[in-house]
Amino acid sequence: MMRRLGVADIRAGLASRKFSAVELVQDRLAALEDAEALNAAVTLMPERALEAARVADRRRAAGEPALPLDGVPVAVKDLFCTEGVRTTASSAMLEGFVPPYESTVTANLIAAGAALTAKTNLDEFAMGSSTATSYFGPAVNPWKARGDGRPRAPGGSSGGSAALVAASVVPAALGTDTGGSIRQPAAFCGVVGLKPTYGRCSRWGIVAFASSLDQAGPITRSVRDAAILLAAMSGHDPRDSTSARQPVPDFEAALGGGVRGLRIGVPLEYRVDGMPDELDALWRAGAGWLKEAGAEIVDISLPHTHYALPAYYIVAPAEASSNLARYDGVRYGLRASADAIEEQYARTRRTGFGAEVRRRVLIGTYVLSAGYYDAYYTKAQRVRRLIARDFEQAFGKVDAVLTPTAPTAAFPLGEKMDDPIAMYLNDVFTVPASLAGLPAVSLPAGLDGEGLPLGLHLIGRPFDEETVLRAAEALEAAAGFDAEPEFVR
Amino acid sequence: MVLNRVTVGRIAALARIDIAEEEADALAAELGAILGWVETLNEVDTDDIAPMTSVGGHSLPWRADEVDDGGYPDRILSNAPDAAGAFFAVPKVVE
Repeated sequence: MMRRLGVADIRAGLASRKFSAVELVQDRLAALEDAEALNAAVTLMPERALEAARVADRRRAAGEPALPLDGVPVAVKDLFCTEGVRTTASSAMLEGFVPPYESTVTANLIAAGAALTAKTNLDEFAMGSSTATSYFGPAVNPWKARGDGRPRAPGGSSGGSAALVAASVVPAALGTDTGGSIRQPAAFCGVVGLKPTYGRCSRWGIVAFASSLDQAGPITRSVRDAAILLAAMSGHDPRDSTSARQPVPDFEAALGGGVRGLRIGVPLEYRVDGMPDELDALWRAGAGWLKEAGAEIVDISLPHTHYALPAYYIVAPAEASSNLARYDGVRYGLRASADAIEEQYARTRRTGFGAEVRRRVLIGTYVLSAGYYDAYYTKAQRVRRLIARDFEQAFGKVDAVLTPTAPTAAFPLGEKMDDPIAMYLNDVFTVPASLAGLPAVSLPAGLDGEGLPLGLHLIGRPFDEETVLRAAEALEAAAGFDAEPEFVR
Repeated sequence: MVLNRVTVGRIAALARIDIAEEEADALAAELGAILGWVETLNEVDTDDIAPMTSVGGHSLPWRADEVDDGGYPDRILSNAPDAAGAFFAVPKVVE
């Protein structure tokens, strides 16, 4: 049974010759086709994946040392450019775009032996929390509430990646996280999602949304697998000027250390109005588990938390309006025909961008426009510094911060679509760490009364993914989350 | 925050996005609601706070000003909606 194998299991299975990489990849490619109902994959890459598997098998047959991700099937959010394979950002604008280059992170995975099997569905240009703004239609969460047949949103924007990992179609997938786009879908789908420190993974070749916030990260079914993926993805890249010149630690080696002596902060400002009781209870349970494992729980204050979301919804659209200026129908992507170039730009962008992307580009344009720049954009940047400072001060007292990941469990598909601000509130617990550039992980910690997964969220110091992973591993062990979604039962 | 359709038209022109006449009012209400919400930031005293312009405070790296890539127009033009020779083609701009 190859379905439930994680990355570490695959490594062991290949080493002991229980199966070959080709057998595994063929099995997982078949699973991808069986999962079509999830609408989680927008492009399949069977030839590419099988070739990587053949190479991995040949390496083993020749007695060469195995690579860290040899033969591991990985699905890739369709925001990472893949050479010769169309990369759409789930937008009509890029429906036919075939990059002539490979993103650094996917190139790193390929160099580590991974078999990239599919490009996954996302909110258009990663703008959303439901994967419902995709040009290809919504992805579907493999989980359903008990006694309620309605399909649920997988969260977003990396909803396709999270859905495929949750449905055990792939052991691991790549996502990107700008304000919660790895962690919120991981929580909605009952899997592990890690957003590394800003600068840990190269952004080169990732379709840009908000450059001071975008960060690539892994989605897996275990904390250990997230550590293995992160090690392969990370590293300095001269082609990304914000890529950090930081050594890449052996993240996997950080595991097993336990949390004895660690100080874990619980921020009182995250106890928001209307938080479901079960989520509050799970949060308390999480703190209790860490305490039992030897950590010290410390009440902390992050006083500007309430202002993180509005600051984010100025900064991110501002950067998006600038980044998306490149889609003008001239060099690549969609072109709407017109007699004059100005008309061609405006018509192309009207046709190529969906409603949410247009909305954010317009907001971003407004807050950057003459006369409004200081009142909105500069103000948001000042508040952003206060939010980052809150964390700096907290990390004088604690080693990591524990919060819930999202304010609710997965909502039914189509909900919140006519209320942008209600949709934005999904990211209320994830956005502060994004603004501060901090590493953070979501892991599944329990089910709510309807049988839907809930996530807990750990935030760490810059470039201290190791502590985040260690604490996450302790929570994972205590939570013992082993439920499976209806889709695979 | 109240936006009117004239302002929406101005923003759309700056953003180079066509807006249909009939959607201007709805967009004005929608964008106005979002801007009204983000204005809660005005409650925060930021008088002595410098804007945060980079994450982690790192400075941008320098490199020699030398060409280190390029020379493959065919690859660059492979996704062009329209091309002529080694150039992107657009509707006539100068009469």
